[in-house]
Amino acid sequence: MALLNVDNLSVSFVTRNGTNKAVDNVSFSVEERQITAIIGESGSGKSVSCYAMLGLVPSPPGRIDGGTAHFQGQDLLALSEGELRAIRGRDIAMIFQDPMTCLNPFMKIGDQLIEPLTLHKGLAKGPAREQAMALLDEVGIRDPQGAMSAFPHEFSGGMRQRVMIAMALINEPKLLIADEPTTALDVTIQAQILKLIAELQTKRDIGVLFISHDLAVVSDIADQIVVMEKGKVVESGQPKAIFGNPQHPYTQKLLAAIPSGQKAADTVVPDPLISIENLRTWFTPTAGAEPVKAVDDVSLQIHRGEVLGLVGESGSGKSTLGRSILRLVPMTGGQISFDGIELSALEGRSLKQFRHRMQMIFQDPYASLNPRMTVYDTLAEPLLLHGLVNKAGLEQAIRELMDNVGLARAFVRKYPHEFSGGQRQRIAIGRALATRPEFIVADEPVSALDVTIQAQILDLLADLTKEYGLTMLFISHDLAVIRQIADRIAVMYHGKLVEEGATAQVFETPQQDYTRSLLAAIPGANAA
Amino acid sequence: MLRFMFIRILQALPVIFVVITATFFLVRSAPGGPFDQEKVVIPEVKQALEAQYRLDLPLHEQYFAYLGDLAQGDLGPSFKYPGRSVNEILFAGLPVTAELGLYALIIALCIGVTAGVFASLKPNTAQDYVPMSLAMIGICMPSFLLGPLLVLVFGIWLDWLPITGWGDIPGDKILPAVTLGSAYAAYIARLSRAGMLEILSQDYIRTARAKGLPEWRVVTQHALRGGLIPVIAFLGPAFAGLLAGSFVVETIFQIPGLGRFYVQAAFNRDYTMILGTTVFLSSLIVFFNLVSDIIAAWLNPRLRQQFQGGGS
Repeated sequence: MALLNVDNLSVSFVTRNGTNKAVDNVSFSVEERQITAIIGESGSGKSVSCYAMLGLVPSPPGRIDGGTAHFQGQDLLALSEGELRAIRGRDIAMIFQDPMTCLNPFMKIGDQLIEPLTLHKGLAKGPAREQAMALLDEVGIRDPQGAMSAFPHEFSGGMRQRVMIAMALINEPKLLIADEPTTALDVTIQAQILKLIAELQTKRDIGVLFISHDLAVVSDIADQIVVMEKGKVVESGQPKAIFGNPQHPYTQKLLAAIPSGQKAADTVVPDPLISIENLRTWFTPTAGAEPVKAVDDVSLQIHRGEVLGLVGESGSGKSTLGRSILRLVPMTGGQISFDGIELSALEGRSLKQFRHRMQMIFQDPYASLNPRMTVYDTLAEPLLLHGLVNKAGLEQAIRELMDNVGLARAFVRKYPHEFSGGQRQRIAIGRALATRPEFIVADEPVSALDVTIQAQILDLLADLTKEYGLTMLFISHDLAVIRQIADRIAVMYHGKLVEEGATAQVFETPQQDYTRSLLAAIPGANAA
Repeated sequence: MLRFMFIRILQALPVIFVVITATFFLVRSAPGGPFDQEKVVIPEVKQALEAQYRLDLPLHEQYFAYLGDLAQGDLGPSFKYPGRSVNEILFAGLPVTAELGLYALIIALCIGVTAGVFASLKPNTAQDYVPMSLAMIGICMPSFLLGPLLVLVFGIWLDWLPITGWGDIPGDKILPAVTLGSAYAAYIARLSRAGMLEILSQDYIRTARAKGLPEWRVVTQHALRGGLIPVIAFLGPAFAGLLAGSFVVETIFQIPGLGRFYVQAAFNRDYTMILGTTVFLSSLIVFFNLVSDIIAAWLNPRLRQQFQGGGS
């Protein structure tokens, strides 16, 4: 008998604007000692269905319309709040997407860790701390003693997720619900966390319900896959069947969206548009402190018409390099020349004249657009600022931009919050293209997006680079994405450039150990 | 930490200096003087008085002389209470006003935090609307209206509490403290509601619920600490405001505190008294703001470590 058996679960949200069915007759199960993965885009109802059976969907507006969720013979949905509470954290534990926000910043790690033990098992603080430290050691925290009295902000994202995992496992639950546990992490850290979850699952004989939007991630670890779209289960089965012979069109679409393949090797004539020599960008947090060498002695050339993929983990200095080229952060030393002109010498007016030739696309389309400006204003600003069109030509220029980035012209008077993430990124791309730049820095432009949207934006960027004859620095931590779009790859690690070469060459014969570990961490070896 | 405090105190000095200067010249520009009375004073007597209090010197010399005295902690003699210095009068009135302010603050905290947290648990329901509407009324109602109303209800109709005095009859401190504290209770209620709503929507509250913690422990152990930081930050200015703003309540309830001297000094053109009280209260405001900033920072682990790291 299955550990968890969800049958015909329906959940809706009742708001003033009507009732929204978030989960519609959903059924799935988790076998003991197995991993079931639920896959879907944001808004597909995958998280809601898991939260609902644990009573974690706030009501109102949430409302469970029907169904059963049998866990060890008990129907979770029929339990009282008190009975559910006794199961939460003891028999069923959860880990969440963003370990940065899921630990209480005001409480010491140790106090948060032992809470489930003292609560459910009635353990005294002393023995509970012993147990917590042993578990911290098991999940790979180096100094468990010190970690107990540390606060969450002292840890990196990967370490916090390990703490979250320890906190979830401390009561030896039967079922672990992992809600996008690696989405916010770097690819190498993601690989470590996935490995840790798989290891702990085998060692401790627990069932895992793994929620993700990323098929590639779950392909390595899942025993069973459930695909959800718009609140309904559209397909479920074993990974082999799902990947080998997807039945539903949506599953096929998801599979097709996994970044794969490699850009056809264009013969770019080496004609450097940008040459960077011994660039250093250091930050000094306070006077007298040791400077943070974000970019340390990097020399690099970006050729006209190429897409250069810049790879590295968070903190490797890749974004700082991109911003340094655009002179958005002050550089400490070195030279950057753009089309033969020395950028570091430019100031004030002459720098402004340069700005329209170089533009930037940011990671988070929710944060990088001014929420009080309509699309029209956002696109008009750079055009007018740089005097590229006169008032008469403005309408025409904006219509053209909207067409080029694939947005309906009718949207032009809307505000950013009325758009989805993918549409916002299209606006951001339109804004960057408005000045007809020769060079664009795209800083993680697709990592905040769902996988199907990600594929669309990548296609758009590839098309636009051709159409506008753009040169692009494409920054990403995701090698699969880079492989799809870049002609050449540069790898950064701790502020230094460790490897550079044509895409095929870097993927097939990586020279550096670090590059090899990055390549090994790409999820979805089974999906390809 | 020490460095942070030192810098903040240095920043406060120019503020206080501007307050002194502005008050000094504003008071002097008001018509009339301390020795202008209805009955005519003989010119020789008036001259002698003015000479005694240095009023015969040019204005700028008076100003620098005052600054010099102030630097030594001397607020000067009172013009209206011969033989008593401003320092004496201030320190006679301060304990009463401080006691009143403290009680008012405690009342404000107890009522405000309870109401705010209570409201935040069920936002946009009756449990939220009722206390928050009361808070709105509390903010809008001036103490010169609320005080007499409370006196009417609890002092006269119900005859439960004494209506004037301070420390003479048991219970005579209740009505003034409630009158003074209620507006601040309302502010604190709104602040705690907003703070708690913000924290209760955080991901780590969901984590706490997923652990199976009962709701009251989620609130008390996980949410309160972050949710009440805005309230803590407000306490300093609130206490200073209570001290400075107590004169209405002191007048209504006939309490011998600082506030009454302040108001009388303004009517009497008691220059040194006005200046002394203003300087004293503005220093208090600066001081309590500093204290609450430090406490609020101390409650935030991230900032606390910066302090411990040598104030960088």
